[in-house]
Amino acid sequence: MFQILNEEGEIVNKDALPDLSDEELQELMRRMVYTRIWDQRAISLNRQGRLGFYAPVAGQEASMLGSQFALEKEDWILPGYRDVPQIVWHGLPLYQAFLYSRGHFHGGQFPEEVNALMPQIIIGAQIVQTAGVALGLKRKGKDSVAITYTGDGGASQGDFYEGMNFAGAYSAPAIFVVQNNQFAISVPVEEQSAAKTIAQKAVAAGINGVQVDGMDVLAVYAATKEARENAVNGDGPTLLETMCYRYGPHTMAGDDPTRYRTSDLDDEWEKKDPLVRFRKYLESKDLWSEEKENEVVDQAKDDIKAAIKKTDDTPKQKVSDLIEIMFEKLPVNLQQQLEEYREKESK
Amino acid sequence: MAQMTMIQAITDAMRTELKNDENVLVFGEDVGQNGGVFRATDGLQEEFGEERVFDTPLAESGISGLAIGLGLTGFRPVMEIQFFGFVFETMDGVAGQMARMRYRSGGHYHSPITVRSPFGGGVKTPELHADNLEGLMAQAPGLKVVIPSTPYDAKGLLLASIRDNDPVIFLEHMKLYRSFREEVPEEEYTIEIGKADIKREGKDLTIVTYGAMVHTSLKAAEELAEEGIEAEVIDLRTVSPLDMDTVVESVKKTNRAIVVQEAQKQAGVGASVVADINDNAILHLEAPVLRVTAPDTVYPFAAAEDVWLPDHTDVVERAKTVINF
Ligand SMILES: Cc1ncc(C[n+]2csc(CCOP(=O)(O)OP(=O)(O)O)c2C)c(N)n1
Repeated sequence: MFQILNEEGEIVNKDALPDLSDEELQELMRRMVYTRIWDQRAISLNRQGRLGFYAPVAGQEASMLGSQFALEKEDWILPGYRDVPQIVWHGLPLYQAFLYSRGHFHGGQFPEEVNALMPQIIIGAQIVQTAGVALGLKRKGKDSVAITYTGDGGASQGDFYEGMNFAGAYSAPAIFVVQNNQFAISVPVEEQSAAKTIAQKAVAAGINGVQVDGMDVLAVYAATKEARENAVNGDGPTLLETMCYRYGPHTMAGDDPTRYRTSDLDDEWEKKDPLVRFRKYLESKDLWSEEKENEVVDQAKDDIKAAIKKTDDTPKQKVSDLIEIMFEKLPVNLQQQLEEYREKESK
Repeated sequence: MAQMTMIQAITDAMRTELKNDENVLVFGEDVGQNGGVFRATDGLQEEFGEERVFDTPLAESGISGLAIGLGLTGFRPVMEIQFFGFVFETMDGVAGQMARMRYRSGGHYHSPITVRSPFGGGVKTPELHADNLEGLMAQAPGLKVVIPSTPYDAKGLLLASIRDNDPVIFLEHMKLYRSFREEVPEEEYTIEIGKADIKREGKDLTIVTYGAMVHTSLKAAEELAEEGIEAEVIDLRTVSPLDMDTVVESVKKTNRAIVVQEAQKQAGVGASVVADINDNAILHLEAPVLRVTAPDTVYPFAAAEDVWLPDHTDVVERAKTVINF
């Protein structure tokens, strides 16, 4: 398993240390702290009924943000349902992520400069699509890549193999990230597959496979950066398996992790926490302090408050809006229905 | 007799059949220790062991292929698709393969499979969880499609489905899982697949419906009764095959009908019922048969589903149009 920082925040793999400036290192930390706060707020907003569907991310910050940090602005992200932080840090306004969560279509109307899809609900669908986006980028002569995310469970879908195989066959610039957070809802990874690692599944598709410490943000960053370079240099796609953990429930819709997870396992993984580890490292370099951390926490809280306000202020979703966007030019049946619903909505 | 919710009745049916027949196997994503995301299989693994009730890897196409293979070797698979929108991942397994096994083998092999799955709107799930895909299923020859609307029906229909030697798609409306309780016998009983039920008698108008819309229609019927219109509410219970005998009998009595479905309008089960009424009872009709449906969009994002889904006032309105024709 590829690792750079150990649990004590010490460098254990000096040769692999990525070339990041002090500011960039601080920015990585800032994003992880911010995202942890956002996750906590999202959970509580969900409990108050002020947010819709939400899949907690705490424990996966290094995996999500380390990989996203290695991308260029033009790169495409094809996220799974949990991968909202990556697209927000890629440019999606936070209030739109909240709208998405509430099931409002403006949440899916991404700004022009954000090359990403809305989070995918169907596990595996984003993986085959990634092969297509990557091939498209290559054919258009772009120096960019398509990255996609799924979980350990998602690696069982046929689409997972098909996506890797296609990208490999076309030598398309794709990066497949499997965030192995140990569980697919209740099913532990050992019961998901007899394969020793998920990274080894790359072998069957003839592409690179790397298992990375997903609690180590530097390792995830470095591995993704290398995968990106290989991809744009025509050396084909990479599968990254990031070993991490999901502290919370699977989603906020009634999952109870105590049914399938022991608190010992929770404790064991919390010792590997990506924030603690990176904080120690940065503190040892005098790049982080309690004061800095508090600033980020306050900033995150303020931003979230403002974003929620903007979410609340967004006009309510209408069925007529949905009818209008079904086709570029409305067929007759929908024209009639549009009138019916407009009338209904005007009452 | 016990008071049960629909989900308890469903669990009870599976428990009964796991006990009765050692060939019955229950499997799917998270159905084991977790007892299913809705707890439909709660306690079954503990009671019957991991060989009979088990988690699968996360792959719907794999799950249905497994079911087909187990069915060929003498088992009676009860497989779960966690939410019915995920059936697209295995359209070949369900509509292309298990539905055709008997036909392909000249009747030599069969697929004694029950595909259980939650579906249905009004509970604010993410995309592709709530979609009403029964019309797609009903169009696949070789599949039976069952949709219970009450706990009592759910138990009897699920037992009949598991015992059926042909593949049955058993769709469980999420909104009905825990919305009310009713008396459900503890002993076993079956309800014939393909047999509709008259949930309310009336003489002025027939409302043909199924699933959660049965309750919406019953509510509408009450409102209509206050205005002196007696509506008969027929719960199809099975949308493939359709019990047109019961429907036609009713239409002969009431001379008027509407069909109510949660699904989008075009094609679909409602359209089929209207066509069959025309075929079999056109001379008894005093008015055209109208439909109450959702519009022809993708199932909407959660923020819009309350307006999108038909409700009892839509049913009342349409019923009056037919009455006043
Ligand atoms: C095709 C499909 N099947 C099933 C589901 C239901 N489901 C949602 S998440 C999940 C488990 C996913 O686990 P994993 O891929 O490990 O990702 P994690 O949630 O742990 O990040 C399941 C079974 C789905 N959304 N799509």
